[in-house]
Amino acid sequence: MEFTFDLNTIWFILIGVLLTGYAFLDGFDLGVGAIHLFIKGDNNRRISINAIGPVWDGNEVWLVTGGGALFAAFPHVYATVFSGFYNAFMLLIFMLIFRAVAIEFRSKQPMQWWRNMWDRAFSISSILIAFLMGVSIGNIITGVPIGPDKEFAGTFLGMLTPYTIMVGITTVALFMMHGSIYLTMKTEGDLHETIRTWVNNAIIFFVIMYTTTTMATLIYYPNMTKHFVENPGLFIIAILNMLAIANIPRVIQRRKDFFAFLSSGAVIASLLVLFAIGIFPNLVLSNPNPEYSLNIYNAASSQKTLQIMLTIAMIGVPFVLAYTVSIYWVFRGKVKIDSSSY
Amino acid sequence: MDVEILARLQFAFTIAFHYIYPPLSIGLGVLLVIMEGMYLKTGNKEYERMTKFWVKVFALIFAIGVATGIVMEFEFGTNWATYSRYVGDIFGSALAAEGIFAFFLESGFLAILVFGWNKVSPKIHFLSTIMVSFGSMLSAVWIVVANSWQQTPAGYHIVGEGLNARAEITDFWQMVFNPSSMERLSHVLSGAWLAGAFFVLSVSAYYIIKNRHVEISKKAVKIALSLAIFASLFQLFTGHKSAVGISENQPAKLAAFEAHYDSSAPGTLYLFGWVNEDKQEVNFGIGLPGFLSYLIYGDFNTPVKGLNSFPEDERPPVNIVFQTYHMMVAIGMGLIGISLFGAFLWWRGKLFDYKWYLYILMFSVLLPQIANQIGWVSAEVGRQPWIVYGLLRTSDALSKTVDANQILFSLILFIIIYLLLFVLFIFLLNEKIKHGPDDSDDTSSEYAHSKQLFSTN
Repeated sequence: MEFTFDLNTIWFILIGVLLTGYAFLDGFDLGVGAIHLFIKGDNNRRISINAIGPVWDGNEVWLVTGGGALFAAFPHVYATVFSGFYNAFMLLIFMLIFRAVAIEFRSKQPMQWWRNMWDRAFSISSILIAFLMGVSIGNIITGVPIGPDKEFAGTFLGMLTPYTIMVGITTVALFMMHGSIYLTMKTEGDLHETIRTWVNNAIIFFVIMYTTTTMATLIYYPNMTKHFVENPGLFIIAILNMLAIANIPRVIQRRKDFFAFLSSGAVIASLLVLFAIGIFPNLVLSNPNPEYSLNIYNAASSQKTLQIMLTIAMIGVPFVLAYTVSIYWVFRGKVKIDSSSY
Repeated sequence: MDVEILARLQFAFTIAFHYIYPPLSIGLGVLLVIMEGMYLKTGNKEYERMTKFWVKVFALIFAIGVATGIVMEFEFGTNWATYSRYVGDIFGSALAAEGIFAFFLESGFLAILVFGWNKVSPKIHFLSTIMVSFGSMLSAVWIVVANSWQQTPAGYHIVGEGLNARAEITDFWQMVFNPSSMERLSHVLSGAWLAGAFFVLSVSAYYIIKNRHVEISKKAVKIALSLAIFASLFQLFTGHKSAVGISENQPAKLAAFEAHYDSSAPGTLYLFGWVNEDKQEVNFGIGLPGFLSYLIYGDFNTPVKGLNSFPEDERPPVNIVFQTYHMMVAIGMGLIGISLFGAFLWWRGKLFDYKWYLYILMFSVLLPQIANQIGWVSAEVGRQPWIVYGLLRTSDALSKTVDANQILFSLILFIIIYLLLFVLFIFLLNEKIKHGPDDSDDTSSEYAHSKQLFSTN
């Protein structure tokens, strides 16, 4: 399909930006959750939760807004995917509830069993959320059965193939790396040194998963490389992605944790850009009948709605960025537990 | 049970549970602005302790509101896919606007409101409180606009036919200011203010009865009572406006409110009753003949369009709408009574002299909650059998790929998880209330600490 820079394409990009913002931001707090149980000692675990305390809620809003934008811009994708993957989405909802509640309730009672219970809920839900997100991305790469009526025609278990599970684990690894780097910025003393050693382990875990998954993608889903073959210039994103990965151990070594965090953010962003280029202009690939795929044209709202929403986004997004940045600025630096902490 | 019943039950259950929390945070948000504003204006430490206490309660309520709110957004897609395809072009812009304008504002500044006491100056903190309160009301704006569009669609045209038909937007502002959105929004907001006001009244009355935190609680009662007086009277006004609007735009719903069947007769205003839907009459009721006509048209003899003017498959269930509507009105009147009586006692300087009145305040926390819930029941059930009034039937709006067992399973899980969540919420709320506002020594040292942080930064 010819690339035209129209409203549909703009919204493909904007939803990509929202979901990238989500992965960048909620990615680190999901990652903190994923490694939470490795952290020993109640005080250390409180530091871990309070490191994300003021911001996780705002981070999740990126998902809410991304979902709302998907509903508005591409209602058929929203309807087909959410109803087709009913069980997966219900699981995701329950995990999101558990996680929110765990963060909120954990430190409200002093009993050990109480805190252990919520620590587990927090960690397991974080891992499962990251995993489910990865599995969804995997399914969009492999394609799912879609009928001529735009309705999903597959099964829940059909979602779980070796490949999609691999993408799921890669996502968990990616967020663990991102989250552990975030924690190095927020901690000090012994805890900081311990987490620093975990960053290296997380990088290794991620690189192994990433390499294997990429090989599998190239071998089994060559359709993902179509645009890169046609426009070799795009390969520069893959190179940037690699450089960003390589940069993390380098700056971690030099204790420039903030730059390591930016690098792992760049890894996340570039991976999603590669993924978006790979699927464009499809949003949900139909497999085995590619002609039924939902793309940015047959699944979209009217031009008028896309135009209105673009106006809304252009007014709203500068504000969103301004106060997101200011809030991170206010809560910069190491975590100190005080009377308003979790 | 079939998919339609289960999907409706699940939506009703999850939205009803969710709707415990947003009205509380909207109402409490307004009170927090007043409390903190009073602190900044007077410098009185008691207002500061009051604000800090209620911010902690606010944070707990807000967290559950967020967790149960994501469910609602997802459920449009999971359970109502056909509806999503039908309204996506219209509903979507409102939902996206809600996310971009309101949710980011609320959740961002909430961080400073809850965790930022020692990190920003008192003025910036106050600004954050205002922003959280403003954001929470802004989210009500967009969601009520979307819901009102379902009640009174405007600014759209229908594209495609049969299964592929969907509504597309033609005029954004007509959609936003559809015939019912402003009166319904003001009705929802004042319902939320009442929920917040009576919540603070209840906890503060409890403290006064128990002779704890008395000075703070007396101040809090005065602040909350002022909001309650305003909101309860305003609610009467918005409720009346809504009813008149419904008589124009959704006559079947209005007829169900008062179980009015005969289109040639003037409308009777019932105080209470029990509708026999088979015989189409109201039993055990006391009604004021002609008063419904008077309230709508200013004339006792004007006929009101009755349910018999509508084909049977376009009528809502009558008795449940009748009962919930009348109970809501009765509670609304009761809240006016409680508020005005408080105003009278306050005027006479005897606001805290009568224990029985404090007990009434303590238990009245449930009234706005019940009224908000059943008010929505009468609004939403009164719209049936339509999901989008006159355009799309609820039975045609379901997800085609989801079967009854899937919904039954998720519904059971929702019930279990939400019940647990509710028990936890009450338990933690109770702990917070028992703990009460922090002692003044503690806060003053914290305040000094924050000042010190400022000078060193």
